[in-house]
Amino acid sequence: MPFKRKLIQTGRHTVIILLGLLMLYPVLWLIFSSFKPNHLIFTNSSLIPTSFTLDHYVNGWKGLQGVSFGRFFGNSALISVMSVLGNVISCSLAAYAFSRLRFKLKTLWFSVMLVTIMLPYHVTLVPQYILYNELQWINTYFPLILPKWLAQDSFFILLMVQFIRGIPRELDESATIDGCGQSQIFFRIVVPLLVPALITTAIFTFIWSWDDFFSQMIYLSKIDLFTVQLGIRSLFDPSGQSDWGALLAMSTLSLLPVTIIFLVFQRYFLEGIATTGLK
Amino acid sequence: MKKMSTPLYGQQNKTAYLFLLPWLIGLFCLTLGPMAASLYLSMTKFNLLSPPTWTGLSNYVQIFSEDDTFRRSLGLTFFYVFLSVPLRLAFALLVAMALNKGIRGLGIYRTVYYIPSLLGGSVAIAIVWRQIFDGNGLVNQFLNWFGIAGPSWIAHPDYVIYTIVTLSVWQFGSAMVIFLAGLKQIPADLYEASDVDGASKLRQFFRITLPMLSPVIFFNLIMSMINSFQAFTPAYVIGDGRGGPLDATMFYTLYLYLKGFSFFDMGYASALAWIMLVIIGIFTAFVFLTSRFWVFYGDNQEGR
Repeated sequence: MPFKRKLIQTGRHTVIILLGLLMLYPVLWLIFSSFKPNHLIFTNSSLIPTSFTLDHYVNGWKGLQGVSFGRFFGNSALISVMSVLGNVISCSLAAYAFSRLRFKLKTLWFSVMLVTIMLPYHVTLVPQYILYNELQWINTYFPLILPKWLAQDSFFILLMVQFIRGIPRELDESATIDGCGQSQIFFRIVVPLLVPALITTAIFTFIWSWDDFFSQMIYLSKIDLFTVQLGIRSLFDPSGQSDWGALLAMSTLSLLPVTIIFLVFQRYFLEGIATTGLK
Repeated sequence: MKKMSTPLYGQQNKTAYLFLLPWLIGLFCLTLGPMAASLYLSMTKFNLLSPPTWTGLSNYVQIFSEDDTFRRSLGLTFFYVFLSVPLRLAFALLVAMALNKGIRGLGIYRTVYYIPSLLGGSVAIAIVWRQIFDGNGLVNQFLNWFGIAGPSWIAHPDYVIYTIVTLSVWQFGSAMVIFLAGLKQIPADLYEASDVDGASKLRQFFRITLPMLSPVIFFNLIMSMINSFQAFTPAYVIGDGRGGPLDATMFYTLYLYLKGFSFFDMGYASALAWIMLVIIGIFTAFVFLTSRFWVFYGDNQEGR
């Protein structure tokens, strides 16, 4: 009996490991291929390069039309960081009102907020584009950043509302007795305790902004404003010849920031998904 | 909620609206306003250059009566949603159950299985995927070992959709993490009691695991469905960006994008967006309404 159990255990581990390798294979293929000389990328199916080169990184980094990938990375970083700040600040303000303050029409606004979570982006897409066009904000980063400063990712408001509800009210009440106003309660008591939820929001906002392709493509057409995603898409030519080496090298680099953030904040990240079901 | 003294209310009202101000501005300027505008535009012809001209329901009539691409893109999107969502959830549940057995190294496995979900939304992975399923890509090299000559999966109109589906199923990690959390909530004594009763593993799965997990399944189903209806990047990158080959990658969102931003038919694109909203609404409502027949919240808990 113990032998049989051990056998089953080993079998289960083997299956899980094999499936895991299969899952990682495409990513590994991307990374390893980016170090292979061009003529080996598609002919040599083994992962480990038989000869090794860094040329693709050097060539790829030069970018497009004289604009380097360094610029694209900087642009993506700027958009992502500004989005993170916007979401963290504006969503926490709204969440505090919804979870702690009493005001007229609270139920109505709260229901509206819940409904907007499910709204497909496309319903507001055309008028938003027209609005930004009127404001002459096409080919600026405002269309990508402004919605975050106006708390339009309602998902994070809900996440923080749930979190604040778990903070004991006694803390607020004793602070009120000590003479704190609402904004002091918010900054001195709620915000410090809200940090895990703020980190979860920050991580997801960063990753989603970094990977966002659709809105970047719609709002940005000048090459010096391009983001990493747009840069990679432009290196890639679906019909003809792409410089595959450069493409794979820059693709590998494009995955780095997201991976690093994930590995550093893994605990918050996976807990955030598990408890709130974020993506 | 405990009552606080009423005189505070007036003051809290003002403070609360200050806290809500950014969200409210966004709600009116970026969500409700644009929604109203989009509904109006959907009944006009508008190319961004000259002012919109009112055409009533003609966009909708045209979409439903003579637009073959609309029909194909809707059919393709349905096919994608109905194939990829159940597969993704089934994989997520299976792997979550395998990992839930007090296995050593859970953290590492969980990370490995999550990585595709983490990276899968990027253009880079879509390009890799395209390459893997290309005529002489990795999939066909693998099939060659067994003497099978595979087609070019991405160039063949009948097969390209499956390439996109596998990309989506591959990203089962986030659903899996949610399932794992759900599985941990199921009290172990339920299984022990049914072991004593001599219930088989299969019976335990259907009688304990599935019902106890149903709220999580419900949640995953809704989120997965809403996201899948809006899929864009994989179709855009794996296809040629214009829906080819032969409209086989013409996802609904891609069609909407092309109408609005390649042909600048903003009225038509708005009408397409509203139809999409209604369809997603119907499906979400359907899942919500049927949920009371299959979602089980436990005996002494109120529904969520």
